[in-house]
Amino acid sequence: MTIKRLGPEELLSLDKFSIDEGNPHILVDKAICATCTPRACLIVCPARCYRLKDGQVNFEYAGCVECGTCRVMCKDKGVTSWNYPRATFGITFRCS
Amino acid sequence: MAEDKFDAIVVGAGPSGSACAYTLAKEGKSVLLLERGNSAGSKNVSGGRLYTYALELLEPDMYKRAPLQRKIVREQIMLLNERGATTVDYFNPDFGEDVPQSYSVVRASLDEWFAAEVEEKGGMLASGVLVDGLIEENGKIVGIRSGEEEMRADIVVAADGVNSLLGQKAGLFPEINSHNVGVGVKETIELPDNLISARFAVKDDEGAARVAIGCTEGISGGAFLYTNKGSISLGIVFNPEQAAKQQRHIQDIFQDFKMHPAIQALIEGGTSVEYGAHLVPEIGYQGIPKRLYRDGFLVVGDAAQLGINTGMIIRGMDLAIVSGLAAARAILKSPAPAECGALYMQQLEELLLMANQKAYQNFHHIFEMSRIFGAYPKLANDAMKFLFTVDGKQPKPMIKGLLDVMKKHASYGQLAADGWKAYRSL
Repeated sequence: MTIKRLGPEELLSLDKFSIDEGNPHILVDKAICATCTPRACLIVCPARCYRLKDGQVNFEYAGCVECGTCRVMCKDKGVTSWNYPRATFGITFRCS
Repeated sequence: MAEDKFDAIVVGAGPSGSACAYTLAKEGKSVLLLERGNSAGSKNVSGGRLYTYALELLEPDMYKRAPLQRKIVREQIMLLNERGATTVDYFNPDFGEDVPQSYSVVRASLDEWFAAEVEEKGGMLASGVLVDGLIEENGKIVGIRSGEEEMRADIVVAADGVNSLLGQKAGLFPEINSHNVGVGVKETIELPDNLISARFAVKDDEGAARVAIGCTEGISGGAFLYTNKGSISLGIVFNPEQAAKQQRHIQDIFQDFKMHPAIQALIEGGTSVEYGAHLVPEIGYQGIPKRLYRDGFLVVGDAAQLGINTGMIIRGMDLAIVSGLAAARAILKSPAPAECGALYMQQLEELLLMANQKAYQNFHHIFEMSRIFGAYPKLANDAMKFLFTVDGKQPKPMIKGLLDVMKKHASYGQLAADGWKAYRSL
């Protein structure tokens, strides 16, 4: 193996997730995000769970690394609810 | 048990929670240690380095049982520009003598070991339990809720990390302030142990710790590198407010750093095995909430926003352990454990935790000087380039050459202003 630049999907593919299907631990209100201009989440979410799709902020909780950056950076309160995943779900770090 | 009531419930099996639970269990208290991960450490990410004194405070020689990585004897500071790197390398084998000053650590193994130590002393560890809320009666916290279940104790210790939802639910602090935290991203890179020792010029049980600036596109922040056994921890911590004001994603800036020729040479041949991120309490003493307790409730570790970052020294886990010990001692000493809050604060003073925090209380102002993260590392590398370049052309006089480099990156006024600010902050 050798060291190379890794894209967002490649980085997350290194990690072990157990996804709580249909049960997002973070709730995002797209209507609020639509009027938000800073949209800090697009730049600072380390897992790139927040991305622009057709001009709208799209949130995908499956790759969330549970750091809380969106919780502290979301100024317009588009993140309406922030919790940890239910027990046994979410990311499992093995060597960090 | 007729009633499920414990002497103490500790929420979160990181270093602060386990230190607290360990001390209580050792003294015969009934302790329930709750961890939302499937095992302790499985939700945790840190740089990471542990300063050993904290484990020594908890119990002399305890560190000898811990799954620590390499004892750090080489401290390095790296200033980067686009392709160059100027590195200050301080080697001191004394840091590795007697009780070594610090070790690199991997949290998955460290935290799992620590929680097992709690069990060994008779504490009850329950992993895979997410605490949803607190039970409050007559203005006092008397237990926790997890799903349908309620568990009660004389005191609940919130060791639930930097996002401390429990501290917030207890009404002790408002929402976390984005100015007070850094966002850290990290890749763990496996590399054969002998290569690590050779590349960092250390013996097999010794290691290097490195910080780097000039790799954040001017955003307040810096990179870190720790050598472990068979792996390297590589990451960057950014000020999220400043990061949000520019266009590039922090992942991309991090990948640029990883591929910098001076960094790539250190990790070449390695395999990326994990990617993680975590918030870090960044502003030290001034970021600690005014109240860390209420009746039936104490806050410890990252949840209490404990942290010290001087740019060279980055501390969190040691402060977490000391705060956990302080909480345990307060609970043990108090005739009414639910009301041990004032004793806890007293213990934080006695164990010198607060003195340590206060000693660096203005340090974070240094990181408001944006030139530290761009202009100055560039200046250092351009100065080096000037000093080391030989091309057969007419050389500039030494002083003029250096002044030209300086003026390119900062004016006299800027240098004076930053010098004054640094003086005031230290």
